[in-house]
Amino acid sequence: MTDTVKIHVKDLKKYFGKLEVLKSINIDIHEGEVVVVIGPSGSGKSTFLRCLNKLEHSNGGTIIVDGNDINDKNININKVREDIGMVFQHFNLFPNMNVIKNIMLAPVKTKKMTESQAHEAGMRLLKRVGLESKAEAYPQQLSGGQKQRVAIARALAMNPSIMLFDEPTSALDPEMVGEVLTVMKELAKAGMTMVVVTHEMGFAREVADRIVFMDGGYIIEEGTPDQILKNPKQERTISFLNKVL
Amino acid sequence: MISILQSYSTMLLRALGYTLVLTVLALIFAMIIGLIFALMNVSHSRILNIIGTVYVDAIRGVPLIVLAFFIYFGVPQAFKMMGFTSFRLPALQAGTIALAMNCGAYMAEIFRAGIESIDKGQMEASRSLGLTYGTSMKCVILPQAFKVMIPSIINQFIITLKDTSILSVIGYPELTNMGRTIAGNTFLSLQTWAIVGVMYMIVIVSLSKAAKRIERKIKIEDSEGKPRKRHRDQ
Ligand SMILES: Nc1ncnc2c1ncn2[C@@H]1O[C@H](COP(=O)(O)OP(=O)(O)O)[C@@H](O)[C@H]1O
Ligand SMILES: [Mg+2]
Repeated sequence: MTDTVKIHVKDLKKYFGKLEVLKSINIDIHEGEVVVVIGPSGSGKSTFLRCLNKLEHSNGGTIIVDGNDINDKNININKVREDIGMVFQHFNLFPNMNVIKNIMLAPVKTKKMTESQAHEAGMRLLKRVGLESKAEAYPQQLSGGQKQRVAIARALAMNPSIMLFDEPTSALDPEMVGEVLTVMKELAKAGMTMVVVTHEMGFAREVADRIVFMDGGYIIEEGTPDQILKNPKQERTISFLNKVL
Repeated sequence: MISILQSYSTMLLRALGYTLVLTVLALIFAMIIGLIFALMNVSHSRILNIIGTVYVDAIRGVPLIVLAFFIYFGVPQAFKMMGFTSFRLPALQAGTIALAMNCGAYMAEIFRAGIESIDKGQMEASRSLGLTYGTSMKCVILPQAFKVMIPSIINQFIITLKDTSILSVIGYPELTNMGRTIAGNTFLSLQTWAIVGVMYMIVIVSLSKAAKRIERKIKIEDSEGKPRKRHRDQ
């Protein structure tokens, strides 16, 4: 972790109609930092993550990613997103393309790489997630764990400096959770800036630099895994942890 | 019956050819019109939504025959009133335009439903990679939507093929018009219309069968999780 702030969030607000999902979120995430976001279902964890790459448009506050104010009209959001990989709970692989095409699509279409460069980079990434042999397979032919590893490789193909994970293991059979977490741990070790929404407390304890507990539209409490998991201060954090641990 | 077939078979087949040409032309333009208005309808721009909805509702609210009269007789008059010398579209063009506009409205609905049937996560995944809305539509959403739409498109093809008969009223030399000519010349209405009916039926039943086959194939592919290409190679 360095002192450079990669993501600066100030007084972030997000409503869906009358529903105030995020009331005021404030956080600075540093380069190379792994932040794990926990909180009850419906507390706005996904919404927070999706605001960071503008999949959701915020209703107030400031989000600065790598020095770019993503709500600034003059910022090309597509360029900003190239630097932010996202991994979804339900993988969202493109079923009409095989694995390697899934990975190559974005680098080729954004003209970041030529077809052959993208293929080479794609194969390297597949090797990294242990799925070299599945390059020509279609998503439907893969297990959940394999799908999620491909999804991670696809996000990495754009060479992002930030990775967002929204419950990447929640849709997996228990025996497949490990293989995905292993890939994520290696990413963290390699210095990737990561924001991870997860219920995997083992992962949080082992990998997180900071755990953030969200509830009711606010960050209620944050700190190192030791502080949050062993000595939570807030009532709501304690009762949440009692339920999940 | 035999005598009609003997004397008119070439003309009947040619008329059937015109019917098919008109259908295919109309369908090609309808796909383009349908895609444009469907994209307007699913876009996030309020104005485009309204334009798309108005087109679809307006066209679907007018019988094809009225639309055909409007384009064939009405539009030339408008040109005349604007001071142009008398101008009339040939029946082929007027018929194709009327049919394409009509079919285009239904195509727009088929495309819209197809696009909306694709999981929202697909667009989000694509956008999160830094791809633009347009590229995401073209490379991710539309190829998947198109596969879903194939049976509906073939169904619309059949409807449009039947609708070409309406264009006999503006003198387009398609199959129904030829039927009228032959029945008028020979006074053998029963035989003539039986032959014409069977000709339509053969084409349409073959198309329906093809549609069923394709539909079944797509279902099998989806359940086996096999890519489409492999099947084609077999
Ligand atoms: N697109 C949306 N439209 C309306 N309400 C939404 C939308 N997305 C999320 N919500 C609501 O916002 C709240 C927070 O959702 P979410 O961020 O998914 O929570 P979490 O990920 O913590 O479970 C929930 O009440 C959810 O129903
Ligand atoms: Mg969520």
